[in-house]
This record gives sequence, C-alpha cells and structure tokens, in this order.
Amino acid sequence: MSSRRVTVTECPGGPLLVRGADEVVGLDGTVAPVERAVVALCRCGRSDRLPWCDDSHRDRRRKKKPAS
Amino acid sequence: MKLPEPCGPLSERVVDTLRARPHGPHAVPEPRAMGEVTYPLTDRDFQLALWVLYELHYRGFDDVEDPHAEWDPLLIVSRAALERTFEHAVRALVSQTPDGAPALEELGATPAEQVTTALVRMTARSGPSDVAQYLHRRATRADFCSYLAERAVYHLRESDPQSFVLPRIGGAAKVALAELQYDEYGGGRPDRLHQTLFARALASLDMPTDLAPYVASAEGATLASVNLMSLFALNRRLRGAAMGHLAAFEATSSLPCERILRGARRLGLPQPVHDYYDEHVEADAVHEQLAIRGICAALVDDEPELAADVVFGATACLAVDGLAGEVLLEGWRAGRQTPAAG
Repeated sequence: MSSRRVTVTECPGGPLLVRGADEVVGLDGTVAPVERAVVALCRCGRSDRLPWCDDSHRDRRRKKKPAS
Repeated sequence: MKLPEPCGPLSERVVDTLRARPHGPHAVPEPRAMGEVTYPLTDRDFQLALWVLYELHYRGFDDVEDPHAEWDPLLIVSRAALERTFEHAVRALVSQTPDGAPALEELGATPAEQVTTALVRMTARSGPSDVAQYLHRRATRADFCSYLAERAVYHLRESDPQSFVLPRIGGAAKVALAELQYDEYGGGRPDRLHQTLFARALASLDMPTDLAPYVASAEGATLASVNLMSLFALNRRLRGAAMGHLAAFEATSSLPCERILRGARRLGLPQPVHDYYDEHVEADAVHEQLAIRGICAALVDDEPELAADVVFGATACLAVDGLAGEVLLEGWRAGRQTPAAG
C-alpha cells in the first residue's frame, strides 16, 4: 500500500496549504473533492468559494461577501 | 507561426535578416541607434524586435529555416544590445516607484523574512486592478475581446518563461517552482493546461487560437510585459528577478480574475471564458503562497545575495504590467469618447 503523506502548511495572514488530500468536508457535510496537487484552504471566512481561498483576505475594502 | 510584419526600423532589420539569410550568419545591420528610442517600454518597434529574437528560444517561426538561428552569435549580440536598453528603462521605471527598493534589513532578521515581508507588503496594496474593475463593471463585449486579444500574447504561452528558471535554482525553491508549474501545465491533464484553457476561451468567441494575429496587433507595452519575463528567465544572472516577478504576478492575480469573471458573466460570454478566469481565482491563491513562501523565501535562504533582485523583479512586474494596463484603459476610454460610426 502507498504511504502517501498529507501535509498542511500554515501561511501567516493567509490560507492553509494542503498537499495530498482527497477531499475536504465542510461544516454542513458538503464534500469538496480536491482536484489539484496543492490546495489553499480559507482561514478568514471571507472567501466566496469556501472551503477554498480566493484571496479575499487581501481585499481590505471588502468585509464579508458583498453582492456581486 | 510566421515572422510578424515589422513596424519600424528595428523590427524590420531583425525580421529582414531572419528572412533574407536562411542559412546565416544573421548579422542584423546597424540597428537604429538606441538613442532614437525615446521610451523603450511602450515603443512597439523596439519591443517587437526583441520579442522576435526571444521567440527563437520558444517555438520559433516556420519561415526561419535555419535551426541554428537560435544561437547565432550575431543575433545574440543584437539581442543583448536591445536587452541592455530595455533593462535600463525598467530599472529607471522601478527607481521612480515609491518603495520600489525598500531597506530590506529593516524588514526582518533573515533575508527570507525580509523578502517575504517586502513581497507581501508591495502586493497587499493592490486590490483588483483598474483594468479588472473596468472589465467587471463597464467593458463592452468588444472591450472584453480586445482585452483577451492583448493578453493572448502571454496567455497562449502562459508560464513558459518561468520554466527556463528551473535548472537555474536548487533545493526547496526548485521543488516549489516545479510544483507551481505542474499546476500551470494542467496537473497531469492536457485538457487543464492553462494555455489550452485560454485558447478554448478565445475559440468560444470565434477568435483565432494561434499567436500570430495577436502579436501583429499588440501594444508595445503588452509586448514589453511579456519580454520582461523572457529577459529575467533567459538571463541566469536575473533568476532572482524572474522569481520575484512570478511572486508579484501571482499575488496580484486572484482578485482581478474574480472581477474579470464577473464581467464575463455580466456580458453573458461563453462558458470557456468563465472557466479560464474561474480556474485562476483558486489556482493563483495557491500559487501566490507557493511563489512568495515556497520559491522566493527558499531561494534567498539558499542565495542571500539575490534578495534585492527578487524585490526588483516584483517591483518591475507591478510597474511594467501597470503601464500596459494604463495603455489599455486609455484606449477604451478614447473609444468611448468617439461616437460610434453609423
């Protein structure tokens, strides 16, 4: 059997980088399949694409999910 | 791809030399004195001449028969002359940028910390660019297509310049760059190659998917933004700048891509256009972290003397891409002031 390593790397002021995961289960039980070798998980809750980071933590003018 | 039509004395001499002497040597006759180029960063003739010489190192031209042209020493001499003028202009622009060369020693205890802080700071100020906000709220379908046409010069070759840097760096920085490039190149899936995603977006709008027509119409500043990546990637001494450029590029991409995606939705553009920008919101949020922390911090950990180059590359990216954006915005604004014909 493979002994694939799953790692999580913290980015200060930014997301968590996750390598080697297959899926991310959200609070409501929604399963988001992981489709790239490295994914960034949102930590600030501002992303419009949870569980993924969309860089919203950078946008200072933006509070929480504005209407598009 | 065929050689482009020249648009002035410099590009004419480069193109004519490649056409007229199929078997070399490719001496470019006394190019226009560089002194006549008043502002190389927006001079289309200057940038096209340099772009043609760089292209010999990528996919080349069908009508340049001599495979040795790529390393013809006389062509390299001509390229080096253009590069000197180009680099000088980029350094002058960077020196005018506020905080373009921060005092690194005040930003952290180690070169890695200093560079990380500098990169985060200089890219933190940038929200969605003016170009992205225009595309989001105001652009017409024609404006949007003209944006795609302009960006095609890069996106049809997306990430290729940075691949030249892989053998020039080592250790953790090399691993992180390979990881980033693997994602850019589709993560093992040819249908997810970012260049292909962009070509699909063009095709969905009945636009050509080959590079030639876009080079033929690109602004000088757009060619400069692409040539800047080749300048950094093809000169080993500038490998630090190449990686700083990549970090700034990726760190200022997600939020603009989100706005451009909304613009595409507002205009009801076809799904493949959405797909390209949708992919980049998520991908570039990852790439930003890989580029700043994985590549640049590790690179200066390994080679501390590259710290200033990394910051220079990042500042140059923001300044030159900013210039290209201004040229586009000016064109759209001028178009709006001109009453539509008929």
